[in-house]
Formats: sequence, C-alpha cells, structure tokens
Amino acid sequence: MTLIVEGVSRKVGAEDHIRDVSLSLLPGSLNVLLGATLAGKTSLMRLMAGLDAPTSGRILVDGKDVTGLPVQRRSVAMVYQQFINYPSLTVYENIASPLRVARLPKAEIEARVGHAARLLKLEPYLDRKPLNLSGGQQQRTAIARALVKRASLVLLDEPLANLDYKLREELREELPKVFAASGAIFVYATTEPTEALLLGGSTATLHQGAVTQFGPTPQVYRRPHDITTARVFSDPPLNTLTARKAGATVSLSTGGDGHAAGAFAAVPDGEYTVGFRAHHLRLERPSGEPLAIPAAVSVSEITGSESFIHLDAGSRRFVALVPGVKRLDPGSAVTAYLDPRDLFLFDESGRLMAADFARAA
Amino acid sequence: MTKTVNNRAWLLVLPVFAVVAFSAVLPLMTVVNYSVQDTFGNNQFFWNGVAWFQDLLDPSKELGGRFFEALWRNLLFSAIILAIEIPLGIAVALAMPREGWTVAVSLVLMALPLLIPWNVVGTIWQVFARGDIGLLGWGINRLGMDYNYTGDSFDAWATIVVMDVWHWTSLVALLCYAGLKSIPDAYYQAARIDGASRWAVFRTIQLPKMRRVLLIAVLLRFMDSFMIYTEPFVLTGGGPGNATTFLSIDLVKLALGQFDLGKAAAMSLVYNLIILVVCWVFYTVMTHTDASRERVEA
Amino acid sequence: MARITLDHLAHAYKPNPEGAGDYALKEINHVWSQGGAYALLGPSGCGKTTLLNIISGLVRPTRGRILFDDRDVTDLPTEARNIAQVFQFPVVYDTMTVRENLAFPLKNRGVPQDRTIARVEEIARLLDLARVLDRKASNLTADMKQKISLGRGLVRSDVAAILFDEPLTVIDPHLKWQLRSTLKEIHRALDITMIYVTHDQTEALTFADKVVVMHDGAVVQTGTPDELFERPAHTFVGHFIGSPGMNVLPCRVEGAAAYVGEGRIELTRVYPGLPEGRRIELGIRPEFAWLRSRGQGLPVRVRRIDDIGRARIARVEMDGKPLAASVPDALVIDGEEAALSVDPSHVHIYADGHLIPGEPLGRGGRP
Repeated sequence: MTLIVEGVSRKVGAEDHIRDVSLSLLPGSLNVLLGATLAGKTSLMRLMAGLDAPTSGRILVDGKDVTGLPVQRRSVAMVYQQFINYPSLTVYENIASPLRVARLPKAEIEARVGHAARLLKLEPYLDRKPLNLSGGQQQRTAIARALVKRASLVLLDEPLANLDYKLREELREELPKVFAASGAIFVYATTEPTEALLLGGSTATLHQGAVTQFGPTPQVYRRPHDITTARVFSDPPLNTLTARKAGATVSLSTGGDGHAAGAFAAVPDGEYTVGFRAHHLRLERPSGEPLAIPAAVSVSEITGSESFIHLDAGSRRFVALVPGVKRLDPGSAVTAYLDPRDLFLFDESGRLMAADFARAA
Repeated sequence: MTKTVNNRAWLLVLPVFAVVAFSAVLPLMTVVNYSVQDTFGNNQFFWNGVAWFQDLLDPSKELGGRFFEALWRNLLFSAIILAIEIPLGIAVALAMPREGWTVAVSLVLMALPLLIPWNVVGTIWQVFARGDIGLLGWGINRLGMDYNYTGDSFDAWATIVVMDVWHWTSLVALLCYAGLKSIPDAYYQAARIDGASRWAVFRTIQLPKMRRVLLIAVLLRFMDSFMIYTEPFVLTGGGPGNATTFLSIDLVKLALGQFDLGKAAAMSLVYNLIILVVCWVFYTVMTHTDASRERVEA
Repeated sequence: MARITLDHLAHAYKPNPEGAGDYALKEINHVWSQGGAYALLGPSGCGKTTLLNIISGLVRPTRGRILFDDRDVTDLPTEARNIAQVFQFPVVYDTMTVRENLAFPLKNRGVPQDRTIARVEEIARLLDLARVLDRKASNLTADMKQKISLGRGLVRSDVAAILFDEPLTVIDPHLKWQLRSTLKEIHRALDITMIYVTHDQTEALTFADKVVVMHDGAVVQTGTPDELFERPAHTFVGHFIGSPGMNVLPCRVEGAAAYVGEGRIELTRVYPGLPEGRRIELGIRPEFAWLRSRGQGLPVRVRRIDDIGRARIARVEMDGKPLAASVPDALVIDGEEAALSVDPSHVHIYADGHLIPGEPLGRGGRP
C-alpha cells in the first residue's frame, strides 16, 4: 500500500492543528514524525488513521481517495504511549484479540500470534496477565497486537515514552528488525532526535502543525532546509549566533572572528544566522582555520563518557558536547572553536544558504 | 467525498428528529394552543389572546397571586435544599474512605436512597413522621416538642426538606467523591510539605478540583428540586392550606382539579421557560469553565 | 540545611518480612553531606521511590533510623521535616497566581508579609519567573510549573533538602536542557542538599556529584559519574550506565590476558586467585572498543552500524556474542568482516557480576 497525504489541513475552531501537509509514504517504509509536544504529530496520525477528517486536502491509498472514510473501514493499527491492553485477558489472548474479532481459523491465529510473540520476545509470558508484566513487556504486547492484524498502516504514537531509559533502549534496538519483517507502512512519532536517528528510515520534522522537511533520516539531520528543521532535529538544542561576512573575514555577534572558509566561502557578503550542533563546538583548537569565540563557563555536566559544557558568549547561551570528563569551574573563561566546515548558514528568512558537507561522514 | 459522508450522517439523525417532534414538539404546541384559548366545556374553545399570560404575570390577579406564591415557595425550597445538600454532600465525600474494603461498603450505602422510587420515599416519610405511629413523629413529640406536619406549615416544610436531604445528599456526595478521587496524591503531599492547614488544602486543592462536579451537582439538584412533585404530593398533598403547594402541584390542581386548561397551559409554559433559562445559564457557565480548562491543558 | 544519614535503613511492604526477598529496600547505610547534589538511579521497582518516600516521611521504614544532622526524624511527619519536593507531574495551586503559589508555604508558616514579598521576588528572579509572577499558575507550560514547584521549596529559608522525583518526565527535550542547567545553577547558588530520583542515566549523571545506583532493593554502587563510567563495580552498573551499556562477555583469564573463545585480549592487570567455579566475565565499554579494518585486531562480524549524528556505533559479533563498538570517523567497512581493538586499561574482570580489582602488572603474579 502507498499512502499519500495531499495538502491536508485541519482546523479545530480557530486553531490550525495541521497546516497544508503533503507526504508520500511507501510500502514497507518506516517514517518518523519528529517534533515537540503539540507540534501536530498525534493530529497528523489521527488524520492518517481516519479518526479525524481533514478540513481540506485529500488522503489517497494506492491512488484511491479515502478522505473521510472512517477508521473501521481502513486497514490501520495503532500503538499508544500508554500501555493499552485488556487487563482480564492473557498476553496470548490480547495478541489474538483482533484476529478473533476477524473470525480467523484457529490454526491461523496460533501461527500469527506465535510469530509475533517470537519477534517481540514474548514467548515466556503468553499465559500471564498484562498487569503482572513490566512496562516493556506490556508495550511489547500492544505492539504484537498491532502487528498480527497485518494492517497496511501501523501508527505508533511515542510508544517508548513511558518506559524506563534502558527498556526504551532495548526495544528501540529491536523495533527496526520487527518493522522490516512486515510490509506495512510504519509511522512513528517521537519528540527525541536521537530516537529518529537510531530508527533510521525517513523523517518528517513537524513544527506548529506543518511538516518542515521530509526525507531520509540522515539527510534531514545533516542537510536541514531551514533553521526550524535544524532546531527540531537537534538535541542538545541547536546553537545559533549571527555572523557578518565581509570579503575574506567573518565577524561574529558573540565576539570573535576568523577566515571566511568552509560554508562561508560559498556565500556573498552579508549577515547570516549561523547554526551549529553541540558536538561541533570544541574547546580544543581543531586543525584548519577555526573561528574562535571567547566564552565563560556557566555549568558543566559530566556523564562519564562525555561532558556538556554550557557556555555564555555575549548574550548567547551555548551547549558544547565534548568527549571525556571535562570539569570546568563556573565562571572560568574559555575559548570555544568552530570549524567553518561544520556550520549551517541561514538567511534572514531562515532558509539554508550554505553548509559544507564534505566532512559529513 | 467529504460532502456525501456528511449528508448521510444527517440521514441518520432524522429518526431522532421524528421522535422528538412527536414526543416534545407536538405536545408543546398543544399546550401553546390551549394557552391562548378559553373553554366552557363541551370541547368548545374561544380565542383568548394573551389574557392568561397577563393574568399570570400580574400578582394582583388571582391567578398571578397564586403563581407567584408557588414560584416563591419553589425558589425558597431550592435555595434551602441547595444550602444544605451541597455543603453536606462535600462534607460526606471528604469523610468517605479513600481505599480498602470500606470504600465499596460506603458507596453501596450512599447509593441506597437513590434507588428508591420517589413515591415510595414520600410514603416512607409519611408514615415515619406521623405523630401517632411514626417513629420520628412519635419521638419528637415525646421529646416535648409539638410536631405535626399535617397541621403546621413549618413542620410540613421541615419534613419535606429533611426528606429531600435524606433522599438526595448522597448524589451530591457521590459526585464530589468522584471529583476528589481524581486528585493525584502528589497534590496532598505537596500541600503537607508546604505546611498547608486542613482548611487550606480544602480551599486550594480540593474545592478547585471539585468545581466542575459541583456545578453539575448544583444544576441537577436545582432542576430536580425546582420540579419537585411526587414526594410533597404523597406526604402533604400541598398542605396544610397551600403551605407546600409548589408550582408543579398547583399546576395539577389547576389543570385537573379545576379543569382550567388555558390558565394551566399558560402557567406551564412560563414554568418551562424559567427552567430553560436556568438550564441555559448553567450550560454557559459550565462550557465556559471547560473552555478555559482546555486552553490551560493545551 | 542538613546532612542526611540513613542508619541501617530497610523497608518491607509486607507486615512480617522474613527472607531478603520480602524487602523492597534492603539494608542501607549512607551519609549524604550537607549541600551535595545526589542522584538515586535505577530501573522501575529497584526501591528508589521507596527510599525517597522514607526520606520525605511518607513511608515509615520497617527497620533503622533516618537522621537530619543529628536529629532523628524517623517518626516525624512530612511537614515537620523541612524538606521540599518536586514531583513527576507539576503540582501547582491552580486558582492562585505564581506569586501566591510561591508565597503559600511562607503564608502557612506565618512569615511576616514584608519578608515574604522580598523572598518571593528573590526566588522568582533566581528561577526566571519574575515576568510571570502575576499570571495564573494554571496557564503556564509544564517547565514553568516545575519551576514553581521548585520555587515553593526554595522560598523557605529552613529547607534541609530538596527531593526531585523524576521532575523532567513531562518536559520536552529542548526545554530539559534549560531546566537542568537552572537546577545546577540553583544548587550552586543556594547550598542546599538535593536528592534526585530517576531512571534516566543522563539526568542522574549530569545532575549529581554522587550517584547512588540501585538494583533489586539494594545499592550496587555509589560514586561520581566518572567512577561509575570508568570502573563499574558491578556488571549491572556497567550495563545500566552508558548508552549503549558496557559489553559483558564470558571469558577465561590466563595471566595478563583474557580469552573470549579464541580471541585474546591484553590486560593491564593480573588476577591471581580468581575464585574457581564462578562466572568470569570481562567488561569493556563501547567507548573504549574501536572497530578496525579486517586484520587489525580481533576478528568480528559487523551486523549493523548506527549513526547517531555525532558518532557511529557498530553492532558486531565476536565469537557469536553481540558487542557494541565505536566507529572512527574516517573508517569505511566493506562487507561483514572487520576487527576490534580495545583499550586494555579499560577492560575489567568480573566474577559473578562483581568487579575483581586485580593487581597492577609487574608486582608479582606475572606469568
């Protein structure tokens, strides 16, 4: 099945929940909807599922217009943030429930449930009640139930948000394999950029009800078309400053200057918004011709493997992600370096003007 | 595509319109028809214009006089029972257990009065309050107080009020209990940490969180008490004198007792209108609080 | 302000606990010094919430005592303990303005009006709430509400400790960064003991000076973030801290080398007298294991390479066992065959899950 969302908007009262969204999702694909709370992820999923009807625009399945067709008449499965299972049924009965409703033969049900349970490592728990299981196992049960239906569209709305960090990590690692084994279209909503990167597939970044960019996940991450996309797809948050290019030199709003190399080489003189991710801000001078920014440490956070250094530079606050343990006293002065080849340059409307991707691995 | 679907949805609603038309609109139109006519029996009707309404709304006329008296009784009664049942219901809800097996027991006990039919409630209290054989009436008389609800207006009122409180306070309590149960434990814990007194906890946490259910409780109890008929009818029949003749009882007297169809029709229309207006006010207030809540959550 | 001492503390939810299995919290002895920032880290059901509730006074421990400085508070109710708490979901008094919310604890304690006003202004400035002081608290975003919760604790001058119960759960990722750095700055400015409960290692490690890792009702290790990262005392800590966690592989130790199947890994320490008949494993973090081209180390099979933006992580198999390793920037792997090199100073040996310290090479025990 191919799902095409064509210029879809949804208004509720005077509020725009979804604004002119167009997406084309291919069979067997994994599509991540990435955005903050209330960016429109759930609203968009409800439109795709047919739970809500769009105010304008069309939704096409295999070229056929299904706009307004109610959810019962579509082939859709959903998994929610909350672990939704039937508490009085065993795990087996929970997974089998949609098949029993569809009156499938017993042997077929057994085969499908067995397969899903194996895929999601639920085999030891099939006779247990969901409430006696860990959160991870409860959510696995809900995912298995969504899979056995063999719906052509599976929607997962922040399915890992209520799980412990480690369980989240474990399940996230398995999900791409689970998805690959099915030919359905998967749509997966999350607020976390790292989750999008780990899941791979394609990503649509959402901001205030609009899709700002849609494409292969690594490409959206490394080549955001505009500053909004870059912001949505950065954790720690995208650092920004203003830079003025004049001839061969660049001066920065935070103080500091340097040679107009890297991304700056490709743009005419003028003022730009510079965006860069936390791991691109270095505290040790890299090779080449880095831009140097005088800054003061405000907070250093150490995770053992790496350190997040919060810096004040001019009126801006940056986060730098540096490897290893770096204990810096608050208030101490440092020089932060930026390799001009790591930068995104945006014009005043926020459109990406230049970036040097030669280094992108 | 969207359009056809919408049209079909309208078709589904049609049967409801039909039922409403037959069950509500047609009878109402009959009433409107009666209210502008007069009759001297024999099924002969004469056009009478708005004369009944003029009479009804003029307290110096006989009809207007009894209407405003009954309306005043209704309002007083509603005010009294709201003033008692709402605070009492809240107090009971606060006192109910939050966990353990006692929860189920107290819920069942609270629900019991609600399950008794109105006329049975009236009958129970009619017997219960009798001075000769009723436990309550007999007991009060034994205490040296002169109590007779069939003879004394105050006693009649007191009996009806107590009966209504007994019958309906549990509804308020159950609604409030549901509201209280929805408050997360963290709120109580935070309040303890902040050093809040029991009263401050009630005012800053419990009351605001109960606001919505309280509005529903007030609405239900107001509508219900404003339309009260069965219990006083069974208990006092509107007496002594006209002391407990509420609008609904008066209406029945007028329509069926005196067969003044036109006057009764006019009175019931005005009665209806008052209820509609009050409903609308409550509805507006409630949706308004809902809307402001949603904005907050969004 | 206070030092918090947990003295032989244990708790069971059952009335008559017998075996260790009945205890939700096994015996714990611990001292948290005044002004420190601590984290209690562990998965759901590890006992961290029970411990938090004992400190806040919501749960009375089955055994042991809890002391604030030298005062035994075991039997004191929450309100008599001078603690403040920030909950998982924001708790604000909906009907009040932000200012009234912040003033509430002082009003309840009968603090004079003028002192209250000054203190509220001061705390609001610190938390960057000054511009919303007169707005209704219910109309604010989740992160603002969490700041108000925190502020209600901070306004009191007598607060001994502030407890945080997974306070960032409902906060969006980009706001978490701001709120976390605010917490750090507040901690530095006010010198209050802070205890932060979470299952999220990043939150625990970035917040705390000392992290207490809990598992199955017991403390498995207490240490600074770098200690927990570099020398996990238990394989559970190795697995739980770090993303991905430490690789743990069954091995055999002979002199200054460990063998995983046929693969030989050099060690910088020796382990004489390794107990017989126990499960011997080696632990190596993905950050200290590097993927190399074929032939430049221990042979491995590459299953997958994850690109997390700032780095790449390889999922490989060594002798049939799964393993995660870092991928150097410039490395290009062709096909499945590759190699692994490890930093021997970061390889640890565990017996039945517990770290074996071993002895430095060259001080006896050389094979």
